[in-house]
Amino acid sequence: MPIPSPVPPSRFSADAVDPKRPVVEGHDGADYYALMTEALHKILLEKQLLAQGDTDRVIAALEAPNVTWGARIVAEAWRDAAYAERLVADGSKAAAELGFKIKEAKLVVVRNTPALHNVIVCTLCSCYPRSLLGQPPWWYISKNYRARTVREPRAVLAEFGLDLPADVEVRVHDSNADMRYLVLPMAPEGAADWPVEKLIPLVTRHMLVGTAVA
Amino acid sequence: MPRFQPGDTVRVLDLGKPGHVRIPFFVRHKTGVVERHCGAYANPEELGYGRPGLPPIDLYRVHFRQDHLWPDYTGPANDTLEIEVYDHWLAPA
Repeated sequence: MPIPSPVPPSRFSADAVDPKRPVVEGHDGADYYALMTEALHKILLEKQLLAQGDTDRVIAALEAPNVTWGARIVAEAWRDAAYAERLVADGSKAAAELGFKIKEAKLVVVRNTPALHNVIVCTLCSCYPRSLLGQPPWWYISKNYRARTVREPRAVLAEFGLDLPADVEVRVHDSNADMRYLVLPMAPEGAADWPVEKLIPLVTRHMLVGTAVA
Repeated sequence: MPRFQPGDTVRVLDLGKPGHVRIPFFVRHKTGVVERHCGAYANPEELGYGRPGLPPIDLYRVHFRQDHLWPDYTGPANDTLEIEVYDHWLAPA
């Protein structure tokens, strides 16, 4: 008696889907994928192609990077102007100086100035410097953020509580190919004299993506 | 030697290519300025189908004015956008 397959999400059915239909955020089909992933995992274990714990180890490695790694880099740049220059010139190389290996792509660091504010988005998927910052937050992956940040960045920033004056250039970086981006926020007053440990907690994920300032 | 240098004015082509392409619609037919050459990478439009995507293709970051990308842009005229574009999607402008 074969077990019936789970029903795949509608967008993969043969029914024609209206391309202009509004996009629904959420977990359409998540149950299907969760079920299929679980089934595949079980088969791989049964066939001894995977050992119990292999998957957990990979997940742990994926989850090890976190915002404080990016914050550590920013803290160094705030304290050391020469390091900030190296960071902007070659992000991956400067990150490696502090022991952070950017694995998935080249890291491009974009520096905020009194006249320029940078914000990162990936319209095509959710490119993000995962080997440095870990997994992106839900809002960064949302179709809303991805569509609207290129179209009306100031409105999006305002919703995050960031109102920028008209004389500050807002520069959107669409991270759509082989680079990964990190914003270097402007340092708070006097930060150059503070110890790294004191600076790291001041740097939030929003600052590193450009949806907040220090 | 990359075909374009920083400062060159380029136009994004619309190749009408179906399937996995790394170029959103909103920059097609638009004119911008090369900000930097990012290196050369295996073609993701081939990698997406399990093919090697070689030889590598030059990748550029291209700088656009927002009011050029969006004729009804409501923000200040000095707002900009940068996006990575592979060589075969670009023409000199």
